[in-house]
Amino acid sequence: MSTKKSIFQLLTEKPWEKDQIEADNEHQGKTLSLTKQKLGLRTIMAASTVLFSLFIVAYSDRMLVSDWRNMPEPWLLWLNTGILFLSSLVLHQTTKYAKKEIYEKTKNCLYFVGFLAYAFLIGQLIVWYQLMSTGYYATSNVANAFFYLFTTIHGLHIIGGIYFWGKTTSKFIKRSLKKEDINNLIDICAVYWHFLLAVWLVLFGLMLSS
Amino acid sequence: MSDEYEHKLEAKSDYVGDASSVSTPDIDSVPKAELPDQELYHSHSWWTTYVFSQDAKYIGIQYALTAIGTGLLGLVLSWLMRIQLAFPGLGWLEPTAYYQFVTMHGMIMVVYLLTALFLGGFGNLLIPLMCGARDMAFPYVNMLSYWAFVVAVLVLLASFFVPGGPTGAGWTLYPPQAITAGTPGYNGGIILMLISLILFVAGFTMGGLNYIITVLQLRARGMTLMRLPLTIWGIFTATVLAMFAFPALLVGCLMMTLDSLLGTSFFMPAMVSLGEKLTYEGGSPILFQHLFWFFGHPEVYIVALPAFGIVSDLLSVHSRKTIFGYRMMVWAIVGIGALSFFVWAHHMYVSGMNPWFGFFFATTTLIIAVPTAIKVYNWILTLWRGNIQLSLPMLFSLGFIVTFLNGGLTGLFLGNVTVDVPLSDTYFVVAHFHMVMGIAPILVIFGAIYHWYPLITGRMMNETLGKIHFWITFIGSYAIYFPMHYQGFVGVPRRYFEIYDSPYIDTSTLLLNKFITIAVLIVGAAQLLFLYNLFASARLGKKSEKNPWKANSLEWQTPQMPPEHGNWGKELPKVYRWPYDFSVPGAKEDYIPQNQPPSEIIGAKVEKT
Repeated sequence: MSTKKSIFQLLTEKPWEKDQIEADNEHQGKTLSLTKQKLGLRTIMAASTVLFSLFIVAYSDRMLVSDWRNMPEPWLLWLNTGILFLSSLVLHQTTKYAKKEIYEKTKNCLYFVGFLAYAFLIGQLIVWYQLMSTGYYATSNVANAFFYLFTTIHGLHIIGGIYFWGKTTSKFIKRSLKKEDINNLIDICAVYWHFLLAVWLVLFGLMLSS
Repeated sequence: MSDEYEHKLEAKSDYVGDASSVSTPDIDSVPKAELPDQELYHSHSWWTTYVFSQDAKYIGIQYALTAIGTGLLGLVLSWLMRIQLAFPGLGWLEPTAYYQFVTMHGMIMVVYLLTALFLGGFGNLLIPLMCGARDMAFPYVNMLSYWAFVVAVLVLLASFFVPGGPTGAGWTLYPPQAITAGTPGYNGGIILMLISLILFVAGFTMGGLNYIITVLQLRARGMTLMRLPLTIWGIFTATVLAMFAFPALLVGCLMMTLDSLLGTSFFMPAMVSLGEKLTYEGGSPILFQHLFWFFGHPEVYIVALPAFGIVSDLLSVHSRKTIFGYRMMVWAIVGIGALSFFVWAHHMYVSGMNPWFGFFFATTTLIIAVPTAIKVYNWILTLWRGNIQLSLPMLFSLGFIVTFLNGGLTGLFLGNVTVDVPLSDTYFVVAHFHMVMGIAPILVIFGAIYHWYPLITGRMMNETLGKIHFWITFIGSYAIYFPMHYQGFVGVPRRYFEIYDSPYIDTSTLLLNKFITIAVLIVGAAQLLFLYNLFASARLGKKSEKNPWKANSLEWQTPQMPPEHGNWGKELPKVYRWPYDFSVPGAKEDYIPQNQPPSEIIGAKVEKT
């Protein structure tokens, strides 16, 4: 691939000059040395980051109003955080197994990740149930509403991840892909899970600290 | 400029000296392709070819037709509103209906027509062809994107049929009034509107993912970013903006949906409605305004940047001249895109804010005029001493430059807090934003359709009908919006559903209202001419030759025209130059396509027998 260029070098090229024409004719037509799936994931993560940042801005703005009443954090949330952390860790290990071609362990790890993802979602639902049965409804205070909103949006992202995890796992079991393609997919799952862990830590930290 | 060309030709003739025999392909050689060819989905039935198509060209046409269809509804709504304004005595519309039509007209035109047509329509049609790709990066996701858009449109249209009708909150949907009793559609239409927007954002994100990755990763060999046509730069930058701006709309829509359906208080303050205290408490309506305009201002450039890019290419092709200042044009597009995220609060001067806050946003607003002015100068300098062909695309492009300049200049007035405050609620603002982001981009869309029509159908559109369409549309738009500037200056307030003869309203206003309405009806009817031309020419139009405009960019260089599935036949094109080599001295033709090998363009010497 061509040598890496900063965006400023790139934008100051003079495409009509002789030297540049010669260099450009060598170009392979790809800007970044990433697979299209990896770049796609990064694009989605960028858009999601903007989405969550705007939620956080809205949260910080709204909590300054005097009607704000903090919500208790059930201990189960800590357990859920632990589950998410564990699944991130397991996926990290999965990528290593897949690269070393230890496929039996890779498969088990993938199953375990799926189990953890579902466990996390069920855990979040139980937290909802606990809060609602003790009277913390979305309508009773806006702090509660933000909690339900954050967990829903984060949960939807997890569900998206589960969909992609399912496709990856089924392709892995069928062995229908080449080695580098399956590694690519598992890498993507891992990065996405790390991203969702980071998002959750920020959201959870924000709700703890306020 | 000519020095550079001579320099380049000199360089090439050096090569010819070395290449003694005709068949030596040395100067044409490019490195072997390192990247595998894209795997394509091949459709098997009528349904997967024409309805659930995964071919970007078809998706582009589907997007365009759906957007134009929705836009026609927006056009009819504007007729109905104008008739009401010109003849308030008739009792033509109820106030409720008037506000509903204002809202739907605005939202349809900005989001469902312009955004969908530029990015979904032209983006899908042109990105793979101009970049030299076989299709988008993720064709299946691309198809989902279109169908999410269709569902969004259907949900929006459904709001006309729910009890209470569509929302009448204005296209900005400001809470608390949008979801409070007294506003039309406060408990039915608004919900459908919000859901429709959420669907649109979801659909667009899927499409945008495709546009970004295709432009970055799937170009033909030799196609560097700085060899891309400005059309692609415009669409690409607009897509990046949209990926960052639409989340703000999504956040606003989601939280308002919850406020309305569940009774949360994100945006809703404590308030008394119809004598009763509502359960809301402490919410911040201003927060919604910030979120909305953090989306809303970039949205202006999401529409404008593709128009800038397309018009640059049209001007260059139809004046047979290199675009003036290509790099400057790219920088301006990127610069405007970046700046557009720092100007949003100039839409909120009348909402009240810290004076320093207003000062900051007035400053950034005026700074954004610099790259925009650079673009206007460069368009004019592209025309300077060009071999101007007064073809339809050129006429519309010229119309665009004048109209955009006009709308941009009134923008300079409104960007200043002190000028904006008295003008903000008058027709001056209506005239400004219709000129700058209504008429100007629409003129580019017409120009682009006349330009790329042969690429889609293999036939030309009728020139005479097109010219009549152009002159009625162009002069008509000025007949509509120039008087509105004047009305704004004399203080005619906007958003009023009837304006009577009264001590506060000048008689000239009533006369002008009638005049404007007549112009609106004529301009609107002239679009039927365009529609007839659009559909009839597909069968009756003159057969187009290959590359009818003698353009350089890759979309005209496909082996078949119109391009087939997979675009490029067996081999992907190789690119040897940028798309602006027009009227090169010494060349046989006045244009050199991007994929023409260097050996073929040095006079008769290398002509193959």
